[in-house]
Amino acid sequence: MSAVETYAAEAHGINKRFGPIEVLHDVGISIPVGDARALVGRNGAGKSTLVGLLTGLYGANAGEIRLGGKPAPSLGDRQGWRERVACVYQRWMVIPHLTVAENLFLNNQPRNGLGLVDWRRLREESIAVLDDWGLDVAPDLDAWRLTVEQRQIVEIARALLQGSRFIILDEPTAELERREVNRLFERIRGLQEQGVTFLYISHHLEEIYEICRTVTVMRDGRVVANARLDDLPKDRLVAAMVGDFAASGAGRKSGGSTSKAQMTAGLDIGGLTLKDSLEDINLSVHCGECVGLAGLAGSGKDRIAEAVAGLLTPDAGTIAIHGTRTPLGDVGAMRTAGVGYVARDRHVSGLFPLMSIGDNLTTTVLPKLGPFGFVSTSRQSDMVDRQIAELGIVATSGSQPIGELSGGNQQKAMVGRALASDPKVLVLAAPTQGVDIASKDALYRIINAARDRGMAVLVVSDDLDELAICDRVEVIFRGRLTRSFARGWNDQDVVAAIEGLY
Amino acid sequence: MTNISLEKAAIARPSQSLFARFRLRELVLIPVIAVVIVIGSFVSSSFLMPENLLNILQQSSELSILVIAQSLILICGKFDLSLESTVGIAPMFAAWLMISDVSIGGSGIGISGYAGIAVVLATGLLIGLINGLLVVKLRLNAFITTLAMLILLRGITLGITNGQTLFDLPEEFLYLGNAKWLGIPASIWIAGLLFLFFGLMMRYHRIGRAIYAIGGNPEAARVAGIPVERITLGVFIMGSLLASLAGLLLTGRIASVVSSQGQNMIFYVFAASVIGGISLNGGQGRIIGALTGVLLLGLLQNVLTLSQVAAFWIDACYGAIILLALIITRLSGETPRA
Repeated sequence: MSAVETYAAEAHGINKRFGPIEVLHDVGISIPVGDARALVGRNGAGKSTLVGLLTGLYGANAGEIRLGGKPAPSLGDRQGWRERVACVYQRWMVIPHLTVAENLFLNNQPRNGLGLVDWRRLREESIAVLDDWGLDVAPDLDAWRLTVEQRQIVEIARALLQGSRFIILDEPTAELERREVNRLFERIRGLQEQGVTFLYISHHLEEIYEICRTVTVMRDGRVVANARLDDLPKDRLVAAMVGDFAASGAGRKSGGSTSKAQMTAGLDIGGLTLKDSLEDINLSVHCGECVGLAGLAGSGKDRIAEAVAGLLTPDAGTIAIHGTRTPLGDVGAMRTAGVGYVARDRHVSGLFPLMSIGDNLTTTVLPKLGPFGFVSTSRQSDMVDRQIAELGIVATSGSQPIGELSGGNQQKAMVGRALASDPKVLVLAAPTQGVDIASKDALYRIINAARDRGMAVLVVSDDLDELAICDRVEVIFRGRLTRSFARGWNDQDVVAAIEGLY
Repeated sequence: MTNISLEKAAIARPSQSLFARFRLRELVLIPVIAVVIVIGSFVSSSFLMPENLLNILQQSSELSILVIAQSLILICGKFDLSLESTVGIAPMFAAWLMISDVSIGGSGIGISGYAGIAVVLATGLLIGLINGLLVVKLRLNAFITTLAMLILLRGITLGITNGQTLFDLPEEFLYLGNAKWLGIPASIWIAGLLFLFFGLMMRYHRIGRAIYAIGGNPEAARVAGIPVERITLGVFIMGSLLASLAGLLLTGRIASVVSSQGQNMIFYVFAASVIGGISLNGGQGRIIGALTGVLLLGLLQNVLTLSQVAAFWIDACYGAIILLALIITRLSGETPRA
């Protein structure tokens, strides 16, 4: 190996802006050949952006990227990037209706003397590769039939076949079971022995200690630590991720009174089980209580919220509102029973952007606004005007299209819609994601007011600020509730529990 | 490179049977076609006569070339509705340039028949280029873009001739549409060779495989180094080029160009492609399947005509049968995730 090739990937002084927002500030990373580097950081730290730059999905605004000792190819030169770096993404990067064999050799098929695809050799070489990996699938299987584990192996094998010796794995274990994770790690170690370099992104810190040698920690768009994992115990790693000013939950702005006087049952979840994602979840939220449900993406926390909203039918378990059991998997019945739900991504599953604020606010309560399904416009606008005032939505009028509002005001309207039916239980998934500071405070006030009126509030989130308004935080890890924190917790303990360290 | 230190006991895999390799899906229509042929032979004694069968093939030849074009575009994950207007405008524009007599609707320029053929193909190429640029570079929705193009091109076809039919065209220009090679109409030879060529290309050439990849998952195709935009643009151009060739053959067969030439063909193009197993979602289907779709439609049309179903009811029967075929093909397949 020549001297210039001592680094598989280097980045120096990288700045990256999306529009006016600078997401990476002077980022540098150097990964020696043969290293197994972990890249960690909380959501929004800039990990995905850095990976996008290292794989040539977009260019940096400033700084230099080098791969295998040479300057990175131009963005249009996909072939050049492909030979030097490969990324196994979280999304499916196989072609669903082509066979496993063809996916392995995508755009790289063995060809005969006439330049045509040699299907016999394609099949034989694929069988050799599949045997090498101990993967028991037929080469002629359509790729959409693969399991997540098989799909990842096909993608890693494809990357190696295309000549790349530097592989980025973006949260490869998020959807895998423990047994599958072990097999994947065994394979990664085998490749490491052959000198393949890895950059490994994961939220599961215990895995990082298992297979990585070094770690780069990112926070708020900067690299805050580069270290050997042997020299960095877990508590210091978590501290680097959270930041040095980690305050305790009690130290933050407290979310109003914590009157535990009335212990009336609000929301009761009993033995909730869903294949491959939830195991025997028992969770109670009293009336007038706000409970945080914290966990990683894929931990199952959103499944719980969806089950309460009636969007999915669990395999087993019960959900009761004010002590009355409700039919499962029925959105209408859940709403009638008194569940208000604010989905995680308002753009995907909330807003009707071209419709007015008023129409967006009253989507779920139209039957109450007039007889036989006709909507009384005067009753509607009365209700809308009252809500706009209560929620503090900044808009010209209730008839303004909601798509024209700022993210914070849109989110207020989403919470307002859930509150419009005057629910007994309010479930919010990441309610302040992507909104400005002022709107965050306004949303916290709205949520606190709802709780003080006696609603049972469940906040599904892994954002420490959102969890800070909760009276209690329950942590879910790989489909099980693992720990419970009463008000006054320490942020580092909560993060460690979310990451599955204890 | 990939021999990693796992247990390397070779996994026993059954070798693939010819039947499995050819995939059931592409053969689904064969028994249906056989049934239609049997019914046809009972309906009319003239059905199985060679002249009638050749007639069916010749009448299907222009449609089948359009079906190849649409199949390429559909497999690539796009749409092109404007193909039927290209069938009209390309020969119409050429005919207008060729006719030197202004009083019968010509331009007065009077280019030669060979130049006319070149104009037909160049017109197709240009239309495909415009469609492709709008869809690929401007990222307009292919459905609505080519719908607008369909209306625009049909309008121009009417406009340049005031709705007149152009005839008295040079012999060379009509040759491909009415010549016979070895006793079989040239248009059947041409359509057959095109099926063979594109069927093999889609299966054995890397560009063909890249088209499947793009239609299946464009993001993954891009990551694999496939030039997604360039190939999509090329597919649009090839599609319109084939449509203009179909227009040339149609003009040769009827020895004139009517301003409505090609009108309503697009419905049958889609019907044949989808019945033949080409997915509207992209990335799925084979050219051979599309061929069976065309043959089925051609045979049905002929049988319905011979069976003396009242002319006004033929379209209704046709539509019902297409719906039925779609239901059968859906029930015989399965839907993947994602």
